[in-house]
Amino acid sequence: MNVIKLLAKEIGEYKKDTIMTPLFMIGEVAMECMIPAIMAILIDHMYTESITMVMKYGAILIVLAIISLYCGASSARAGARAGAGFAKNLRKDLFYHVQEFSFKDIDDFSSSSLVTRLTSDVSSVQNAFMMIIRMAVRAPLMVIFSVIMAVRINSEMALIFFAIIPVLGLGLFTIFRVAHPIFRRIFKKYDALNNSVQENVSGIRVVKSFVRENYEIEKFNKASEDVRSNFVKAERIVALNNPLMMACMYTAMLLVSYIGARMIVESGATSLTTGELSSLTSYGIQILSSLMMLSMVFMMITFSAEAANRIGEVILRESSLTSPENGLTEVKDGSIKFDNVTFKYNAKSKRRALAEINLDIKSGQTIGIIGGTGTGKTTLIQLIPRLYDVTEGTLYVGGEDVRKYDLDALRNEVAVVLQKNVLFAGTIKDNLRWGNKEASDEEIERVCKLAQADEFIQQFPDKYDTMISQGGTNVSGGQKQRLCIARALLKKPKVLILDDSTSAVDTKTDALIRKAFKQEIPDTTKIIIAQRVASVEDADQIIVMDGGKIVEHGNHEELMKLNGIYAEIYNTQVKGKEED
Amino acid sequence: MPPRRGFVTDKKIDPKSLLRLLKYVFKKYKFQLVIVAICIMISSVASVIAATFMQRLIDEVILPGIDSGMSAVGNDLMKIIKTMASIYLMGLLANTLYNQIMAFVGQGTIKSLRDDMFDNMETLPIRYFDTHAHGEIMSTYTNDVDTLRMLVGQSIPSLFQSVLSLSVVVITMLNYSIWLTIVVFIVIFTMTKITGKFGGRSARFMVDQQSSLAKEEGFVEEMMEGMKVVKVFTHEEEAKKDFDILNEKLYNDTRQANENANALMPILANIGNIAYVVLAIIGGLLVVTKTPNLSLRGINTVSIGVIVSFLSLSRSLSMTVSQMSQQVSTVAMALAGSDRVFALIDEKSEEDEGYVTLVRANIDDEGNITETDEYTGKWAWKHYHAQSDHSTTYVELKGDIQMVDVDFAYNPDKQVLYDISLYAHPGQKIAFVGATGAGKTTITNLINRFYDIPDGKIRYDGININKIKKPDLRRSLGMVLQDVNLFTGTVMDNIRYGKLDATDEECIEAAKLANADDFITRLPDGYNTMLTNNGAQLSQGQRQLLSIARAAVANPPVMILDEATSSIDTRTEALVQKGMDNLMKGRTVFVIAHRLSTVRNSDAIMVLDHGHIIERGTHDQLLDMKGTYYQLYTGAFELE
Repeated sequence: MNVIKLLAKEIGEYKKDTIMTPLFMIGEVAMECMIPAIMAILIDHMYTESITMVMKYGAILIVLAIISLYCGASSARAGARAGAGFAKNLRKDLFYHVQEFSFKDIDDFSSSSLVTRLTSDVSSVQNAFMMIIRMAVRAPLMVIFSVIMAVRINSEMALIFFAIIPVLGLGLFTIFRVAHPIFRRIFKKYDALNNSVQENVSGIRVVKSFVRENYEIEKFNKASEDVRSNFVKAERIVALNNPLMMACMYTAMLLVSYIGARMIVESGATSLTTGELSSLTSYGIQILSSLMMLSMVFMMITFSAEAANRIGEVILRESSLTSPENGLTEVKDGSIKFDNVTFKYNAKSKRRALAEINLDIKSGQTIGIIGGTGTGKTTLIQLIPRLYDVTEGTLYVGGEDVRKYDLDALRNEVAVVLQKNVLFAGTIKDNLRWGNKEASDEEIERVCKLAQADEFIQQFPDKYDTMISQGGTNVSGGQKQRLCIARALLKKPKVLILDDSTSAVDTKTDALIRKAFKQEIPDTTKIIIAQRVASVEDADQIIVMDGGKIVEHGNHEELMKLNGIYAEIYNTQVKGKEED
Repeated sequence: MPPRRGFVTDKKIDPKSLLRLLKYVFKKYKFQLVIVAICIMISSVASVIAATFMQRLIDEVILPGIDSGMSAVGNDLMKIIKTMASIYLMGLLANTLYNQIMAFVGQGTIKSLRDDMFDNMETLPIRYFDTHAHGEIMSTYTNDVDTLRMLVGQSIPSLFQSVLSLSVVVITMLNYSIWLTIVVFIVIFTMTKITGKFGGRSARFMVDQQSSLAKEEGFVEEMMEGMKVVKVFTHEEEAKKDFDILNEKLYNDTRQANENANALMPILANIGNIAYVVLAIIGGLLVVTKTPNLSLRGINTVSIGVIVSFLSLSRSLSMTVSQMSQQVSTVAMALAGSDRVFALIDEKSEEDEGYVTLVRANIDDEGNITETDEYTGKWAWKHYHAQSDHSTTYVELKGDIQMVDVDFAYNPDKQVLYDISLYAHPGQKIAFVGATGAGKTTITNLINRFYDIPDGKIRYDGININKIKKPDLRRSLGMVLQDVNLFTGTVMDNIRYGKLDATDEECIEAAKLANADDFITRLPDGYNTMLTNNGAQLSQGQRQLLSIARAAVANPPVMILDEATSSIDTRTEALVQKGMDNLMKGRTVFVIAHRLSTVRNSDAIMVLDHGHIIERGTHDQLLDMKGTYYQLYTGAFELE
């Protein structure tokens, strides 16, 4: 119910069209119901061979047909506009809403599930909406009008339909009840089937190098047979709709004909005329076929209910992290202080991703962070631009609690080069301008020189206008990383965080980047996560993380003296080299 | 890599593929289709007869009854009702039967199309996957197959039935009156024109709509994948702006496609209504003026009964035409779809003229090799000499690989490898070092014949690899790639992928070797943890560990490691290295790695530059050379 209310809001400025669709539809249906009645009168006059009356009712019929055409076309137009508009609003709201999501919200949904909700789920709901404003209005209206007309012609005869309707309704409902669970099962199996194609397309090298073609074919054939047999079962059940409908219709026709013929003959065509008889049968057909359409609409709506629920989940999700009202817009400097910070990804979970972190970073310092995978390095730095909120303790940037800042202001001053970084389809320049929309070409070149990217960019035929393909697949890993660093530098941040951002860059370039940082942006606080000791060796402070805690803290000399993890890593990486 | 082909949507539609589809269905379901055709005929004839029922009732029962009373026509009434009931029953049965059969035929056809597509896809060369957008292949399986299902299951039977009813109706009409039939033809002609106009416009906008939808969804996908970057750069507003443009375009195309499609039905129906009136008036005039009527039965005068039944025929005719018009867009979309489906089915398979196979072998003390069915740990190449003396020789599988003067180009105009020669002795570790695009991965792609080169340049245990059957060749080579692909299933299933009959113990052993056991046992369900979405719940490093375990369980004599440990942190790599060293013992290994520490202990290191081997030797030799490798190692030169 809630979901329906939510979705109804999306109609927005298409309210008029949404209302006009069924209104015009009423006109169309009314005409469609009157037309057979007039036709019956016309036929009656044919028998009296009164050509003027035939002309008169013919003229009425043409007027009705034109009204019906006008109403039908207008309803079609309004319906198309309302349906497309509803989908447009829904897509827009969903997309806008997701833009407000925090990292935690994105993690909770996972990006692939968000993609499904914003694409195929929306299409499914859109189809259902179109069905509702057109068919779900048309069919009951048709039933009502036809019943009224039938009763008006002859109420005793109309009873026949009243007797048949529940039979048909019950039959359709039974078919639906039996078929529905099968269809739900099919959709799941069908997803699995497509998933298996997807895996084979992207993993074809694995399949081929392990010579698993036949294994995969067998697996696929089994899955497709599974889909087929279930689909046949479901379709065969649904295919019963038609004969059921026909059976009801034919029964009604025969009964109407038999009783009607007797009535006409016995009353000498006074209580029922032949024309009325034939229009009664038309109304009968309309009533029953509308019922069948109704059952189809019902089925469609049920199928899209799940999609609607999934969309509802996204809309109802309040961002777990919001910008404070009238937040601070000025970040004083690049100093950072962790005061007894503890963090859990999930409030209920026992596992603390970070525990009791205390750290004092002065503006302009360089901090090196080192540690194995899963030790909390990335988690630690993601708290600084408030991508996640601390669970306990306080985090200060520029002397103020990060929660006091306006989010955009904070994030504009704290630039992060993420580990899993992404470039977008567009030119190199387009990508870099993410850092600063108004950046001049000179500025762009300057930061690229800083990030040691200018040299390879100049070697591309189109230089800064070189097109980057989706996901940045046409540049090497090292090039991509340097472009991402340049993009972050363009923001001129007070704090710059590199999360393992030079792993694919060779040691010499890595050193050049660090040197450039020292010379060109001395006032920016630099936090560097690295696997290579060489990348952090000359930092002002080095922290070693393990199990979500800072286990070693100091500069290079101090840590070497400590002879702990840092010294061990240093020895395997650096000394190993010297032995040769 | 060769360039990727983009989405091709506006290809010319070829009705040949539709014919082929019909043949495809017919060949498989000849018997069923004959029954379906008969049933459809019965059901159309029944429905046409049903349309004349009212006229017979009026002419034969009601009108005479009004004059002569009920008792006189009572028997006739019962007779007509009984006849009608049996005709209805036949129509009903025929309809039920053909719907049931079509459910079977439609789904069966779709299944075999799917299977054929997949069967052929698995045999396609890697080049195919390199040059086709994956989204495009996927959409053939989903959207295109779906349109075909609609076509086979619904549109074709419904069109067939419509055409049948149409011809029966027309014949009946001609039987009544040729004059009136001409009027009807004019109406049908108008309806067809209108259908062409609106239907055509709707079909065109449908195609536009599909492409704007694809664009919009592509954008959504890109933004969702890069959502965290968007947040970090506070780029939300720009993303919204870009989205709005695409969304507006989609709205316009959707609206116009639907406006045209929705309007078709009321327009046609009311043209039918108007035609009804015109016919009634003309018919009335014919009756009143007693104009001689021309019909197939000859010249006569028109009776009221004839006009009345003609009117009801004309109604059913216009309904039939309206129904046919509803199929226009389905047929158009299915035409485009069947083109793509058959293109995939027809795509040329990977060629394999190899005949040397890999067999299990017993090797006695004197080195004589015999074939065996049992697992002996020894393998041999079974070489049947068809061209010379028809003898069969066995060569022990050792993992000795030789390349002589290999040149290679993905595209004829851009050579990638020049004069590559190398010799890997069994048990040696050969490393490739060089910038991206230097040709490292290409060399390994030639060894496992993902790409083929002309004869004789690569020899495996002395045998020309083009003579070795591809599956047997690949079975002897283990591959661990930088981009890890995992399959839906448990962790255990994924490791077992390397050797389908491996026991759980073997898999766990392999995982321990790859140092993956540690993180696997910490997963919620350990080895039974379900992986979905290409193992999205694992880190990149963990996925690489799994992929190493998968190769380890396969236990091949030759291994190719292409940046296999690039995402594993150095500490873990050091641990994995121990396992890897065990894994590599006694095997020929080709290693591609960025980190020089990974390749340092190789027997030979090849430094590649733009497709040439510019330096080769051991680590020490290369350092002494003071060339590119030395510069790389000392950090004076950069690798990308």
